[in-house]
Amino acid sequence: MMDFGKEYLSVTVQDKPGVLQRVSGLFSRRGYNIDSVTVGGSEREGFSRMIIAVQGEPQRIAQIVSQLSKLIDVVQVARFGSTASIARELMLLKLSPPAEARSELRSLLDLFNCPVLEAEADCLFVQVVGDKDKNDAFLSMISRYGIQELSRTGETALAKIK
Amino acid sequence: MSGWLSEDTRAKLLQREELTGSEILLRTLLLEGVECVFGYPGGAVLYIYDAMHDNPDFRHLLTRHEQGAIHAADGYARSTGKVGVCLATSGPGATNLVTGIATAYMDSVPLVVITGNVPTALIGTDSFQEADIVGITQPITKHSFMVRSAEELAWTIRAAFHIAGSGRPGPVLVDIPKDVSAERTPFVYPATIELPGYVPSPHPPLEAIEELVRAIQAAKRPLVLAGGGVIASGACSELEKFLCITTHSVSTTLLGLGSVSPSHPGWLGMPGMHGTYAANQALIGCDLLIAIGARFDDRVTMRLDGFARSARIAHIDIDAAEIGKLVPTAIAIAGDAKQVLNELNRLLEQLSEDELNAIKENIAPWNRHVRLLSEKYPLRYRDSDTTLKPQYVMEMIARTTEGAAIVTTDVGQHQMWAAQFGRYESPRSFLSSGGLGTMGFGFPSAIGAQVGNPDRIVVSVNGDGGMQMCAQELAICAIHDIPVKIAVFNNRTLGMIRQWQELIYEGRYSHIDLSGSPDFVKLAEAYGVKGLRATNKQEAEAVWQEALNTPAPVLIDFVIDREELVYPMVPQGDILENMILGDWS
Repeated sequence: MMDFGKEYLSVTVQDKPGVLQRVSGLFSRRGYNIDSVTVGGSEREGFSRMIIAVQGEPQRIAQIVSQLSKLIDVVQVARFGSTASIARELMLLKLSPPAEARSELRSLLDLFNCPVLEAEADCLFVQVVGDKDKNDAFLSMISRYGIQELSRTGETALAKIK
Repeated sequence: MSGWLSEDTRAKLLQREELTGSEILLRTLLLEGVECVFGYPGGAVLYIYDAMHDNPDFRHLLTRHEQGAIHAADGYARSTGKVGVCLATSGPGATNLVTGIATAYMDSVPLVVITGNVPTALIGTDSFQEADIVGITQPITKHSFMVRSAEELAWTIRAAFHIAGSGRPGPVLVDIPKDVSAERTPFVYPATIELPGYVPSPHPPLEAIEELVRAIQAAKRPLVLAGGGVIASGACSELEKFLCITTHSVSTTLLGLGSVSPSHPGWLGMPGMHGTYAANQALIGCDLLIAIGARFDDRVTMRLDGFARSARIAHIDIDAAEIGKLVPTAIAIAGDAKQVLNELNRLLEQLSEDELNAIKENIAPWNRHVRLLSEKYPLRYRDSDTTLKPQYVMEMIARTTEGAAIVTTDVGQHQMWAAQFGRYESPRSFLSSGGLGTMGFGFPSAIGAQVGNPDRIVVSVNGDGGMQMCAQELAICAIHDIPVKIAVFNNRTLGMIRQWQELIYEGRYSHIDLSGSPDFVKLAEAYGVKGLRATNKQEAEAVWQEALNTPAPVLIDFVIDREELVYPMVPQGDILENMILGDWS
């Protein structure tokens, strides 16, 4: 199987009930895979933006774009690769490091500019923002400090050039 | 669209006044030009039916099953090109529409499907007769709306018509909670509908059309594949002109039947699983395939690695998502078929006489070859003087109606015989569930077609299986004197399934025996419809004439040979080349 680069679909949708279901339903019934999806507001009032990260043959992704564009509530679909865009994902972590590793962890978090949002007796709530690869690398580094819970938003992204 | 309304009536309907949601719904439907709604009442649509009670302008036809209502609306839409409308109540009423919605969706038929729902306050509480019909039908609608206040109603209905009928047509569902249909609000008919981002018909790319002209000039073995999109677009005369300029040969898909006259010298018939030898050979051998409003259905292409192997494919389709979906496309032209063909014809006409002659000379040997195949391997069958052959009946219907009748079918053997041996001289004359392959579609769709075309002969061709999936609608024909001619091709078996079991499952006939079916003549008579029967050719000719001479609905039970098979046939999963021609070859 060939390795295809990651691409982002920036889908501008009308802010109406059921839109997320229409988009996700399209992916599942046509057998398209999604790496991640984020949904939130956009620069236009009444319109939301979904960022869908996908990988696959260019032809297949073109087909996804065409199918998405047909949904009535979808106003626009833009497609861009990872080099032509800026992408960020937010991760929240609940860490419970062994007592002896705490200071080591603290300095590592400082090094990566990861704010500690709250510290309790036996655990830390940490915020991490980065692109997916960086976040993956961070997680593998931090795993030995005892990750109790992890929540990732998936990447949101903007194209560099219009 | 609303040409049938007088100006006075229209002005009266447009008056701004406070109305209930139900009154707004009916007014908006009338203003959209709806001449008949096919429906079935229930608790959640009582206000809507109440508003019909003293509304003489509004025509509603009560079917005997919601599925009959939506198939009738579908037949109305396919035969007229207008948007068909049906109405059902919440819960089971709505879910009974699902097959009809999927049928229309697969074949790109414009429908506005209106369902009632439980009152807004009860939605999501599993209340009596509640179903999330918007959710259930999302994958099979072009779009759907849940109306949350009476104020939104007029806009929503207008938007539904706009979406259903524009671009690639399709069914649009409008779900109206009961309280919304009762709520009073000032009626404002929106002048226009703006839908941000909705581009019904993409502007066709001129460069690609120019490239197609060059491809046409270079081609030695071109073929046109015309699909339902040619009919939907109203592009038949433009296609005829194109064929006249280029002298290309053409094959029409099941849904494209009627887009080219069968008497056209370049017409090779239908391609695919039960297509003609010539059409399939042309698909195999062509070097340029120009597909217009056809979506490369697997029943046409068969296994893709055997389809148009040596051809450059040019694809003209209003739906950009169809282009490149299944076959690699060299020349992609997303746009309305009529507009593209007009442009294409204009460019071709700008060529010099020498260039135009060169196009014709280049392809003359190929045209001779495929048209000779057409003559050498016509569709045929072994006729009999003792048993009645379904192909004979179809030829008889075509002969006596001179190819001018509207013929509707279900799915299966009778559908293929109707496609092969019927004759369709004009578009919107052959109505068949092609994509979904729905049993029980044919007869109710004929009722809708007759409502939309009171002056044409409408023939509903059915198998004895499918007839029993919609027989209850005989009542509508009798009560409203809708003079559909209902032909039952009665072979006492589920013929197409039997055919597959015979050819592919080594004669292991499993659950295909339909003995125990009612006497169809008596069944018709029980509903007050005239019933006739024929078991051989002489009887068939006589009863068919009697049916044609009867200005009322008639059911004819054509008792046909049980063992008759549809040929030619390409087995599923095989390539076009491996056609089984049948026992007469």
